[in-house]
Amino acid sequence: MPPKAATAAAPAKAAKKAHSPRNHVLNAGVHKYGRSVSYAKSALYKKKKAEVKNTTKTRAQTKTVEVKGDKNGKTRVVPVRRESRFYPTEDTPRPLANRKTPGTATLRKSITPGTVLVLVAGRFRGKRVVFLKQLKSGLLLVSGPFKVNGVPLRRVNQAYVIATSTKVDLAGAKFDKFEDAYFAKAAAGKKSKTEAEFFESAAGAKAKKTIAAGRVADQKEVDKVIIAAVKKTPLLKEYLAAPFTLTKGQFPHQLKF
Amino acid sequence: MVYTRFVQVGRVALATDGPAKGKLVVIVDIIDQTRALVDNPAQGVDRQSLSFSAMQLTDFTVGIPHGVGSAPLRRAYAKAEVETKWNQTNWAKTIARRATRASLTDFDRFKVMVGRKERSKIVSTAFNKLRRPVSAANKAKKAGSKKAAPKK
Repeated sequence: MPPKAATAAAPAKAAKKAHSPRNHVLNAGVHKYGRSVSYAKSALYKKKKAEVKNTTKTRAQTKTVEVKGDKNGKTRVVPVRRESRFYPTEDTPRPLANRKTPGTATLRKSITPGTVLVLVAGRFRGKRVVFLKQLKSGLLLVSGPFKVNGVPLRRVNQAYVIATSTKVDLAGAKFDKFEDAYFAKAAAGKKSKTEAEFFESAAGAKAKKTIAAGRVADQKEVDKVIIAAVKKTPLLKEYLAAPFTLTKGQFPHQLKF
Repeated sequence: MVYTRFVQVGRVALATDGPAKGKLVVIVDIIDQTRALVDNPAQGVDRQSLSFSAMQLTDFTVGIPHGVGSAPLRRAYAKAEVETKWNQTNWAKTIARRATRASLTDFDRFKVMVGRKERSKIVSTAFNKLRRPVSAANKAKKAGSKKAAPKK
């Protein structure tokens, strides 16, 4: 913690122009001043050290409990958490503590807003889609556009995507509305069905899924922007509508995309 | 068949391996049964020994004495106009076509596909136009005299 507090206070003082390092390098690995000389020059001994308060609270290990019965001394100090009465007979392996958290994927250099991507997995495999932006989770926001090839606004993992060198000019277009939360599904509560309901649903009388009107409107809005840009290049619309396939003698690792 | 492409001093060959891969080279001297000394200052090829298995002979020769220096070789090579002649051959065109095909992007490949479709449509409509009256006449002939012309 101490170093953090020091850096927080520093910027106000260190706003002045930074001078060149006075202990410059003479040759690789050899500096002009040694350790003690450079310490003397920096004059750190003159500076007052900022006091840092320890903010971590120490939890009480014991507590006093009233004890019934006259001969028992009325109060007794006992530990807050009682120890186990037994030791385990065998050593059981425990997982090691892991402080690592998965980070978000860095976007491939070949993918920029407007890049045409080829989806290689999932329901829409083989479709060519337009990349719109990367979401906070690291997933890519893409759209077919829906009107052209039936791929809706959708999140895809960049691992399942081939980036082509073809770009749609989406400069100025903003897709702030679409974040990971936009695609979150409403949690469906567990329903205990009655007998009659069970047989009703089994008979195939399931209600058809309806797409929210808001989603439809958003899709249309986005499609409008993309299609306007796509139309500027001849054959690009047809290209997006056509699925990607490999023919005889074509190997994806040898192809240029 | 009579052979016309010989391993000889001044023979132009296409290097298929080694540092000069894909470039034209001129045989300056013959080292032994498997190797020749080749050079081509015009294409930036250093003088080097090259195995005959790493080259393919072309139809062209340059008039030089064996073991000639680089500067006179460059002059003789330019005078023989090897490059212009080479670029006109189907061989060179095939190589160039393969290179352009390999450099096409996904969108370019789609455009080529569309172009090929359009061309074949034009060709087939023109062909059918010509074929229709002929096949109609053939049918009429067949129907008229079945026994007279049993085989087509």
